[in-house]
Amino acid sequence: MQKEGAIRIPSGCAISGIFSRSGKRMNGEPIIQSISTMHDRSNGLGGGFAAYGIYPRSRDLYAFHVFYDSVRAKEECEKVIMANFDVTIAEKIPTREMPEITDEPLIWRYFGLPFEKLLKDTRLDEKEFVARFVTKVNTEIKGAYVFSSGKNMGVFKAVGFPEDVGRYYRLEDYEGYCWTAHGRYPTNTPGWWGGAHPFSMLDYSIVHNGEISSYDANRRFIEMFGYKCTLLTDTEVITYIVDFLNRKQHLSLKEAAQVIAAPFWSEIDRLPPEQQKKLTYLRNVFSSLLITGPFSVLLGFTGGLMALNDRLKLRSMVIGEKGDMFYVASEECAIQTIEPNIEHFRAPQGGEPVIVTLNEGVDA
Amino acid sequence: MGIDYLSPDYEVVRNPQRCIACRVCERQCANEVHSYDSEWKVMKSDDSKCVNCHRCVALCPTHALKIVKTDDTFKINANWTNEAIGEVFRQAGTGGMLLSSMGNPQPYPIYWDKILINASQVTNPSIDPLREPMETRTFLGKRPEKLERDADGSLVTDNLPPNLELSVPVLFSAMSYGSISYNAHESLARAARELGTYYNTGEGGLHEDFYQYGPHTIVQVASGRFGVHKDYLEAGAAIEIKIGQGAKPGIGGHLPGEKIVGDVSRTRMIPEGSDAISPAPHHDIYSIEDLRQLVYSLKEATNYKKPIIVKIAAVHNVAAIASGIARSGADIIAIDGYRGGTGAAPTRIRDNVGIPIELALAAVDERLRQERIRNNVSIVVGGSIRNSADIVKAIALGADAVYIGTAALLALGCHLCRTCQSGKCNWGIATQRPDLVKRLNPDIGSKRLVNLVSAWQHEIMEMMGGMGINSIEALRGNRLMLRGVGLNEKELEILGIKHAGE
Repeated sequence: MQKEGAIRIPSGCAISGIFSRSGKRMNGEPIIQSISTMHDRSNGLGGGFAAYGIYPRSRDLYAFHVFYDSVRAKEECEKVIMANFDVTIAEKIPTREMPEITDEPLIWRYFGLPFEKLLKDTRLDEKEFVARFVTKVNTEIKGAYVFSSGKNMGVFKAVGFPEDVGRYYRLEDYEGYCWTAHGRYPTNTPGWWGGAHPFSMLDYSIVHNGEISSYDANRRFIEMFGYKCTLLTDTEVITYIVDFLNRKQHLSLKEAAQVIAAPFWSEIDRLPPEQQKKLTYLRNVFSSLLITGPFSVLLGFTGGLMALNDRLKLRSMVIGEKGDMFYVASEECAIQTIEPNIEHFRAPQGGEPVIVTLNEGVDA
Repeated sequence: MGIDYLSPDYEVVRNPQRCIACRVCERQCANEVHSYDSEWKVMKSDDSKCVNCHRCVALCPTHALKIVKTDDTFKINANWTNEAIGEVFRQAGTGGMLLSSMGNPQPYPIYWDKILINASQVTNPSIDPLREPMETRTFLGKRPEKLERDADGSLVTDNLPPNLELSVPVLFSAMSYGSISYNAHESLARAARELGTYYNTGEGGLHEDFYQYGPHTIVQVASGRFGVHKDYLEAGAAIEIKIGQGAKPGIGGHLPGEKIVGDVSRTRMIPEGSDAISPAPHHDIYSIEDLRQLVYSLKEATNYKKPIIVKIAAVHNVAAIASGIARSGADIIAIDGYRGGTGAAPTRIRDNVGIPIELALAAVDERLRQERIRNNVSIVVGGSIRNSADIVKAIALGADAVYIGTAALLALGCHLCRTCQSGKCNWGIATQRPDLVKRLNPDIGSKRLVNLVSAWQHEIMEMMGGMGINSIEALRGNRLMLRGVGLNEKELEILGIKHAGE
């Protein structure tokens, strides 16, 4: 069977997210409990988590999480990492032996910064340097796959049910202000760990439930800007689109959402002229980045979280709030189980971005 | 005069029991096929003059007429077919080039018919266009190179280069006033306005009556420069530089002096009765850098307010040529496939020069993406778009919109008799004879064009909804929505699609 990248595999899913506006650190237990409530929305072929604020002691260093198929791949990859980055820590990611999780690759992490002189010579900004480095490793080193590359955040994923994946990675030992989780229901997959979600690039991480119908239009457009879609998954292309619009084109997340899940022309035509002009402009200029078909997406980034549905709301997604806490999930039960006293439940409209960020003065 | 070696291709069959000798057929046929024998009180016909345009068949009140392919034949020969023999006879008799009209009728592969469209099942929902918005609006033209913000941080929206807005991704392709009639032009212009799209003047200039349709008009600048002046350029919504045409790549045009009468002469700005000869190349474009100068001359002349289209025929090296055009300031590239129509072309050229639009489009779109300039230019394709499925396939291969010419003429009543060059079009389309022109009523003609495009729009929406796509822009270049059937590896590679079952 072909793995992700050689073939496009549709999947359905469960997603969940927890965010503390006051920056309160939580360990991985609540998010595991939340996602496990939606057990039937996964089929054991992929689960994963993204957590923000978990590496406070190395907060200024890039944290690379890497899968290796072989010792040879590890040696080859480490050679390039060491040649490009001043690595402070290189270690195995701690895991727990579990019968539910099999066929594990070697899983390592590295904390470091690009060598200054090298960075200067390339004339790239630091993030672009790192993004290109990750793309290079993932496309050129056979058997090595960098699946997390942000600062003070990390992705943990595997083939299995998400609750098992969470325990396997000992998420109870990490504390973060934001957690997202994903349970995967692929129609077929050879069970490659890299194909599980979240997908991440720099500090962006995406969990997504859906199957976008605009996929190839989006992919072929974004690849003109130096991105290489190696997995052929929705999540990968959505991450690149967000990175392109937000980091490279400097659109705000709200504006990016107006491109990805643009309002219908029939709605735009009814707006006041100024808004009409702006939305028409965005739709016209980035028309190939409109995403159609069902999706519910949680985009994690340093200091915040965005939830977004496709413009027809073809996938379920609800949000709940209590005090400083923000919860979002495919189903309400996944929120009720960890916070029975939600003050306010709401299903966001299709195409309506819900963005939460840390309160002013709170450090990521 | 020697023996005429040719026998008629078609026979007029008249049912004597139905014929009431009303002589409608006689009055309707500009080719003078039908005549009345007053002695015997019967209608007669001369098959040798019949072009099989079906005007008499359609108007016969008693349905007494039909036209059949003759079963008269030379000795059957798979190599020397009746057509091949007949053409030799014709040329031996006249010493002239063979002339033909409309698109290449030869049995080359039609790739549209070997491509199939996807639909959603289970894993994602199809969308019902009767219940949900389904968007076919699109824009043609360049995009700004980078985003700008003003002092208070809001997005600057007036840095967008000139664009064409289309409610439906279908435009009427270039057909000049002269090659087609005043009433045909009026029908196209009115339909374009009603549909929220554009028609194209071709190289014949713009009749003064039609300046009112300017916002829905593309004005063409071709190698003969007929009818080009400042007001003309400013009247249109966009300007098209015609380099080539799918039916006759590499050669110019020739409208005979007998068609340069009255308004046609005035609109073209040439004397009555003089032949309108468009040279094969533009004599100010002998290379790609010259094209850039013409593109920018036209932009200068119109204050950078109009998008410039460069239209080329699909030829072997089309991808590289299109890339050159994209880098020469053009806002839109129009590509015309080898099945594209014409008012007159040398038969040998029409039937043997150029390549299929499907392959040309796929190659151009992919090349522009590899060179990362696809976003700087829009692509419009023509050259035998026959129905809404062809349009869906073209857009999924990478086109922004399509040009339709032949299909539009069919809507106006054309029966594809492929004899436009005679100027005796019985349907009032490809003629300047006032008695024939008035047969085409622009009220009815424009209505039929609007019907056709609206029907296709509905079908496009249904197919998009089936795929779970609710904006035409999410279909553009979405090649995963296509699969090939009965295509070899090389063809699939060029089209950039997988085979059905993959």
